Amino acid sequence: MPSQAEIYQKVSATLVDALNVEQEEIKPTSTLQGDLGAESIDFLDIVFRLEREFGIKIPRNELFPESIFQGDPDFVQNGKVTSKGLDELRTKMPFADISKFEKNPELTAISDLFTVEMITKYIEGKLAKV
Amino acid sequence: MRWIWIDRFVKFESGKTARAVKNLSLAEDYFEQHLPGYPIMPACFILEGLAQTGGILVGEANDFKEKVVLAKITSARFQREAVAGETLIYETDLVTLRPEGASITGKVYAVPPGSASTDPNGTPIAEADIFFAHLDQSRSQQLFGDHNFVFSGELKHLLGLAKVVAQRTDSAT
Repeated sequence: MPSQAEIYQKVSATLVDALNVEQEEIKPTSTLQGDLGAESIDFLDIVFRLEREFGIKIPRNELFPESIFQGDPDFVQNGKVTSKGLDELRTKMPFADISKFEKNPELTAISDLFTVEMITKYIEGKLAKV
Repeated sequence: MRWIWIDRFVKFESGKTARAVKNLSLAEDYFEQHLPGYPIMPACFILEGLAQTGGILVGEANDFKEKVVLAKITSARFQREAVAGETLIYETDLVTLRPEGASITGKVYAVPPGSASTDPNGTPIAEADIFFAHLDQSRSQQLFGDHNFVFSGELKHLLGLAKVVAQRTDSAT
């Protein structure tokens, strides 16, 4: 199994190709939308490329869930994710680091969870199961 | 003007590869303005032809049941201009096909007027990676009904035309 550094390198190279960004722009903490300018269609492109690059299957809504909370008031209240919602996040996206997000869980900031590091951790977990 | 940027298919392997040709005639409207005295095909039209070739390759792979829309041109490189009188050869290969969409990689070659061969030769004049999305079934049904507006007529007809030509060629030999 490749090391975390090797996975990170490959993930970075994938993002360079998919998003047409420079290698230097990519850092582990870079957010896909905010920092790297990814749009919704890019997420699908990234999934396709990661599958090819790592020889894995990424089921729909696993790496980039489209709607975790489905407008459920138990999960989101007044534009903020509730503690139950945060639990749901931990379950659905165990590979995401929500420590920063949970301090101020504004729903609009949820896209900041999608980072280069998050993808790396996801792939690492996926490869460990193979 | 008809928005068809392929004249015919010359090769088609379902789910794998497709090759189409486009003859550039000086009579085409856009050459008058692009550019006056120097008729070259706008690069975006070259890409459109490549995307139509690849789009039909993707559509046919699912028997034209999906609404295939051009979602993103991941990369495009142009080596030189395409001039009136030349024939463009669009060579496309299917890279990924999934329920949500597909990606293709394509190359465009130009052959001089009078050339009989439609085999890609030499350096491509353009290359691109193109990404297609299948419009979400439920949502597109709300918006457009069952009618598949992408493969409604002429694009699909082109492929049928290619089959007719292939059959004629087969029976002639």
